[in-house]
Amino acid sequence: MIEEALVSRVLGAALRTGGEFAEVFAEDKRSSSAHLDDGKIEELGSGRDRGAGIRVVVGDTTGFAHTADLSEPGLLAAAEAAAAAARGGGGGVRSVALTRQNAPRPYEVQVQPGDVPKATKVELLHRADEVARAQGGAIRQVSASYADSRRRILVANSEGLLAEDDQVRTLFVIGCVAVGDTGMQTGRESVGRTIGFELFDTYEVDELARRAAGRALTKLAARPAPSGALPVVIGKGGGGVMFHEACGHGLEADHIQKNVSVFAGRVGQQVASPLVTLVDDGTVATEWGTFAIDDEGTPAARNVLIQDGVLTDYMWDRLRARKEKRPLSGNGRRQSYQHLPMVRMTNTYLLNGTSTADEIVADTPNGVYVAHLGGGQVNPATGDFVFGMTEAYLIEDGKITEPLREGNLIGNGPKVLEMIDAVADDFEMGPPGTCGKDGQGVPVGDGVPTLRVTSLTIGGTAA
Amino acid sequence: MSDELLEIGDRIVGLARAGEQVEVVVGRSRSTEVRVYDGEVESLSSATSAGVGVRVVSGHRQGFAYAGSLDPEVLADTLADARDNAGFATEDAFLGLAEPDGVPVPELDLYREGLAALPTERKIELAAELERAVRAADRRISGVDAADYADALAEGCVVTSTGIRTSSRESSCYISASCLASDGDDTQTGFGFSVGRLPEDLDISVAAGDAARRATRLLGATKPSGGRFTIVLDPFVTAQLIGIIGSTFSGEAVLKGRSLFADRLGEEVGAGAITLVDDPTNPLAYTAGETDGEGLASRRNVLIDAGVLQKFVHNAYSARRAGTTSTANAVRGFKSTPGVGCRALSLVPGTQSQDELLASVGDGVLISSVSGLHSGVNPVSGDFSTGAEGLRITGGALGEPLREFTIASTLQRMLLDVAAVGADLEWLPMSAAGVSLVVRDVTVSGA
Repeated sequence: MIEEALVSRVLGAALRTGGEFAEVFAEDKRSSSAHLDDGKIEELGSGRDRGAGIRVVVGDTTGFAHTADLSEPGLLAAAEAAAAAARGGGGGVRSVALTRQNAPRPYEVQVQPGDVPKATKVELLHRADEVARAQGGAIRQVSASYADSRRRILVANSEGLLAEDDQVRTLFVIGCVAVGDTGMQTGRESVGRTIGFELFDTYEVDELARRAAGRALTKLAARPAPSGALPVVIGKGGGGVMFHEACGHGLEADHIQKNVSVFAGRVGQQVASPLVTLVDDGTVATEWGTFAIDDEGTPAARNVLIQDGVLTDYMWDRLRARKEKRPLSGNGRRQSYQHLPMVRMTNTYLLNGTSTADEIVADTPNGVYVAHLGGGQVNPATGDFVFGMTEAYLIEDGKITEPLREGNLIGNGPKVLEMIDAVADDFEMGPPGTCGKDGQGVPVGDGVPTLRVTSLTIGGTAA
Repeated sequence: MSDELLEIGDRIVGLARAGEQVEVVVGRSRSTEVRVYDGEVESLSSATSAGVGVRVVSGHRQGFAYAGSLDPEVLADTLADARDNAGFATEDAFLGLAEPDGVPVPELDLYREGLAALPTERKIELAAELERAVRAADRRISGVDAADYADALAEGCVVTSTGIRTSSRESSCYISASCLASDGDDTQTGFGFSVGRLPEDLDISVAAGDAARRATRLLGATKPSGGRFTIVLDPFVTAQLIGIIGSTFSGEAVLKGRSLFADRLGEEVGAGAITLVDDPTNPLAYTAGETDGEGLASRRNVLIDAGVLQKFVHNAYSARRAGTTSTANAVRGFKSTPGVGCRALSLVPGTQSQDELLASVGDGVLISSVSGLHSGVNPVSGDFSTGAEGLRITGGALGEPLREFTIASTLQRMLLDVAAVGADLEWLPMSAAGVSLVVRDVTVSGA
């Protein structure tokens, strides 16, 4: 992407005003997408983003500039701008010797999506539309999207690091609208992996279409969700969103260092039920939040955050780790070269327990079973968080019964972690997610086995 | 300076082949972001970015490509990609670019040269002053986790082979703070901001005061028990709500069977107090703009008048398909084709201040913030459920703080259940204005 000698000169220029640390992050991303709606392939799109972000750190100050111009004058101008923003004492000319560090690749892509004929991608969309509509006359509308991206990055810094990665992601999403006596309902399914077009060797769009349509149809008969606090059983897979919100964000070191997390100062303490062992792991082959190196050049790692209920560690990026003089954890990520990296999750998941899903439901006299979640939000400083239920059912006398309309559930992270009283042995990863923080979106994964929380507040309208 | 962008547009459009429509959207911006923490600059970012989006319609098929660069070589590739993509789309007789419709482009004066000349030191000082002001606002403020200043100078143009050739530029800046308030073991958070086109427009005391007040007034909050209540939405919450309601008036959603309000034109969909207007020609709106994403002149559209549904909003495609004309509601950046959306929504304000509204409500709940709008509100079914924080309203005044509860209803019911709109309209850094709103009969779920 950029010649090694040039990277070295740019780092030298970035350090000219006395910077203690300088970094070049270059990115070349190509993406393609195809979208079907209303029975038609509405459009195919192609995109190209290419540029570099340069940062310079002096003390607690970071200067940052980015440019789409990867020529020597373009890069040097960005280096000057970043250096001007972060001035140290001393300065002068420094040269930086770079050592290439290769992190193990989590997976070798088999079929580059760029090599797949567009007609083949389009065919997937037609297929999904056809299958979804065949699920019943009540399915009145279907939209489906295919998207792939190939993101090549290069990270080099004044400590001599030079590392590269080539990240390929492929995504398929389908959404259905069903119409019945009670109005309209929606159902959505998605699959995304950090792999190439071989995604469709494992996942059949037919199955995704059936599930999305089925979800919309089921909800036509849904009754208003209860209002108030009830035991909640979270189904395997997508329930990982709950941990992402309940404690994931609260364990990011930037929140910890500014003391805006309820988990600050709690390492070594029991913060959750002993049934909880939570891991953040950027190395899981093919998952949506997987990579070889993070966006600061650190190899992805498997980090245990909570072991048997005890908080073991936070997640770190270079800036926060540097301040604490501690090792990096591979959680420094950014949306693009136009953004500064910060602490982000990768794939966050709960390890299996020993119950079975059937036992957990049977052992719940009254409650709510959440089969599919739809994102969430947290205030890390108070720990209050919400997540949406996009497919949920009542549990009555230990049995899953009637479907419920959509709504949010609300809880407080530290309290909810203590109220997990059953974890099953049926672990699964959930659908791909995009985590938003401070205006930046990055791909993340999460997963859980079936589990139960003794009390969560359900935001429905039924008395 | 937009001439240079128009020339790029002209050059690509000039390559259109016979029987082919080509649209080029070019954007360029220069921005600065400063974050101050503990009296020091935590980060200072400065950036210039530019890019182009090319749409080709040929044989009633549409293709699109973009590039985050204005490099001539990349531009030629982008047109070729868009052209190639068009070959794979489904034929649709309604597809086509916008065409000049004779509506004059309003002059909104959204650009201030002064912003470009502002020294970086002054930007840093603004963020630092903001941080000090938040700390000084209340002794219970225990931290300011972010005090930011940000600005952008943006210019863009749309050029098409159908005769559209418009350009625009604008400047904007804002300050924002988020803080913590503590009392014993209890911690609460608050945020505040101020927006403008020049730093002189920014009001540090308002931003700092709002952040401190939002955080401190929630100290000691407890989880309420549930029930059905009259709620009063703070202006910021109302802006978020009408943003979602606005999405249901998209002509595209109507045509594709995804709007709650399809087939309801001319009917009463809201209480008489509701008049909802989308007006990007109002220069006070943060998202004001002289043209839409297809280069048509912006215009004022009344969506609901005294509770009665008046119109849906359209871009060129949805309008043609619906047998009407574009309302200049094409919404996009250079990285995507135009969608349909509201651009600067506001409710026509009523006559009462928030205090007067509280007095008239008597007993209920003031909602100061909501969370999970993306996960618990479904604009197709109308189900509405969000996490919330706020204060109890008792005897017509604010009482104890409340947290960790949800509010739920449906979008359809909430519009009909509006009892009053406040007089306190304020423009926020989003595509909708805030105003206090009284809604009856909303379910509160708590302990």
